[in-house]
Amino acid sequence: MKGHLLAIGTFLVLVVLVAAGTVHSTKFIPAKTPEGAVRSLFDSVKNNDVTGAYAYVSPASNVDNATFLKDVNGRDGSLRTYSKLENVDTKVLNANGNEATVRTTTKWSTAVGPMFDTRDLKVAKEDGDWKVVWQSDKQATLPPQVIPVNYLRWDIIRRGAEDDWGAQNVESPRVRIISMNAVEKDGGVIILGEVRNEDTVPGFVSVGATLLGKSGETLAEETSFDKISHTLLPSEISPYRIDFPKRKLADVQSVRMQPAALLIPASADPVIGVLHQRLEKDASGRTVLRGELMNQSGMTVNIPHVLATYYDDAGRVIWVSDAYSDKALLPQTPVPFSVDVREDLAKNVHSYRVTVNQYSIDRVQ
Amino acid sequence: MRRLFWVISALAACFFAADVARAAELQAPQSAVAGNAASIATSGSGDATMYLIGPGGAAKRTVKLGQALELKAEELRAAGRYTVLLSTGEKADFFVAPAKPKQIAFLARPSRVPVAKPGVITGVAFVFDDFKNLVLEAVPVKFDLSVQGTNASETVGSKLGIAWTKMNSASKEGAAQFVASAGDVKVNRVVQQTAGEPCNLHMKIVPANAGEKDTHGIVVETDPIRDCSGNAVPDGTIVTFSLVDAKGRTTVDSRIKKGVARANLPASPGGMVSVAAGVVSGNELHVGGGQ
Repeated sequence: MKGHLLAIGTFLVLVVLVAAGTVHSTKFIPAKTPEGAVRSLFDSVKNNDVTGAYAYVSPASNVDNATFLKDVNGRDGSLRTYSKLENVDTKVLNANGNEATVRTTTKWSTAVGPMFDTRDLKVAKEDGDWKVVWQSDKQATLPPQVIPVNYLRWDIIRRGAEDDWGAQNVESPRVRIISMNAVEKDGGVIILGEVRNEDTVPGFVSVGATLLGKSGETLAEETSFDKISHTLLPSEISPYRIDFPKRKLADVQSVRMQPAALLIPASADPVIGVLHQRLEKDASGRTVLRGELMNQSGMTVNIPHVLATYYDDAGRVIWVSDAYSDKALLPQTPVPFSVDVREDLAKNVHSYRVTVNQYSIDRVQ
Repeated sequence: MRRLFWVISALAACFFAADVARAAELQAPQSAVAGNAASIATSGSGDATMYLIGPGGAAKRTVKLGQALELKAEELRAAGRYTVLLSTGEKADFFVAPAKPKQIAFLARPSRVPVAKPGVITGVAFVFDDFKNLVLEAVPVKFDLSVQGTNASETVGSKLGIAWTKMNSASKEGAAQFVASAGDVKVNRVVQQTAGEPCNLHMKIVPANAGEKDTHGIVVETDPIRDCSGNAVPDGTIVTFSLVDAKGRTTVDSRIKKGVARANLPASPGGMVSVAAGVVSGNELHVGGGQ
């Protein structure tokens, strides 16, 4: 009898502990300062308590819970849906007794590295408590329609195991490095330039570089990783950037470039237009390249990746930078993008070129 | 006297045995062909064990001396030098020649090539018989390269089983059929002949289709894009449309589809639209103005 009681008691304690560990407290603590309201909202988001976060949203925002959920957690398979809020930085820009503006910089950890999002949030005092006036990301909804697309893709018939030894395979596409520049930045050597698919078939392209020392020894080897458009269609040009941290250009005698291309099945769609590209200063005074991405196809692009190539007045590539957008590209709907430009190079930028990589969940190739 | 008789008898027996042995001489075939049966004449009598050693294997069996040794077709598939040994000590060598050409291993390079380039297509043909023996005697090998009605042909005699050629790419694009033939054997390869860089790139503003009315912009489209020889530039080739206006620069990397490239650009009165493909620039258009 004593043993049974002990077992039941242990079970009840376990249930209580499990419940305590899984059930979050949803107790709402009113914010007494504008900054506190913003921080409380994002702290709740950080703890995956979007309902709790919504409690800090002012009813005047006219945003329902579902819309707010999509705003903070992402939608349409965008990069935000694979992100987690890591950090929040707030700064009160102006405040009076009933209203305030708080510049909020959120840091999200994503599969492609940290992403920063800066917003100037309006905060209002309601019934003695501060609440955030949430501006929802309004997304235009397209009317139901059929968008005709002539899909173009390349398929490959490779040599089979039973073919005789003379049967040739289809060759890999010819790619050529059309420019290369080596610079020293941030305590490292950076190799950048452009590569072109000179063939009539698509290719999966990567560019590797080897730094060679004074006596021809190998100092380091790296590849361009995601600072390149890997899938290049016929005649397409992609920038590449290869970073060698903690290296000095003075130690490098020469650089061996290794462009490589594989013939792959590929699709020519979707086409993404880059609208209204312009260099300008952002709210914090930094030079940024801004514009909008327009998906001209009928399918959703989940994760767009913008690559920017900057040229000096001699047409030489002086920098390559990139940025991911945490919003999906819906068909025919412009989405803004912003790419940082190095301040030390901004004055030397004579022209630039923007290309877009895309990752789509529903697309096999 | 009796001992002398036995010695003479023994000597006579030795001479007889030696004579019998000479009688088992092998007569190797003079013109054996791979994959064909052959026979070797023997003399003598009694049984012996025959060993057949060739480039593709070895065989062993009991044969009757005085009868022809029948070598089966499957024992002579590999061309080359063969040796026949009998357990009685006799030996003969003979050669098996390759049979008639029945297979060609055809190496054609490259698989894609620009049009109108001299000496860029190479073809190497290795001539084999039905048993994968390289046919060493000279065989005429014909190389044919044809695409869209154009045809180039060359006949080359093989040397030690190999014939090769170097041909020009045709002036017309398309999948060229590159055929090597020897006798009634033909092997086909495909060499894709591709158009060169675009020539005379020209675009125009076109009315939007019904499905494109909500794009809030203009639709620009090129004329059919061809190279300087009149060949259609392959579909999928990137053509970049640019619009420069007060709001900045808009670019669309369009793909050629069905011979033309097309893009949606924002409506921008006063903007300037340009088009380029690779290093080739086309015309410019003022939106809301003349060309």
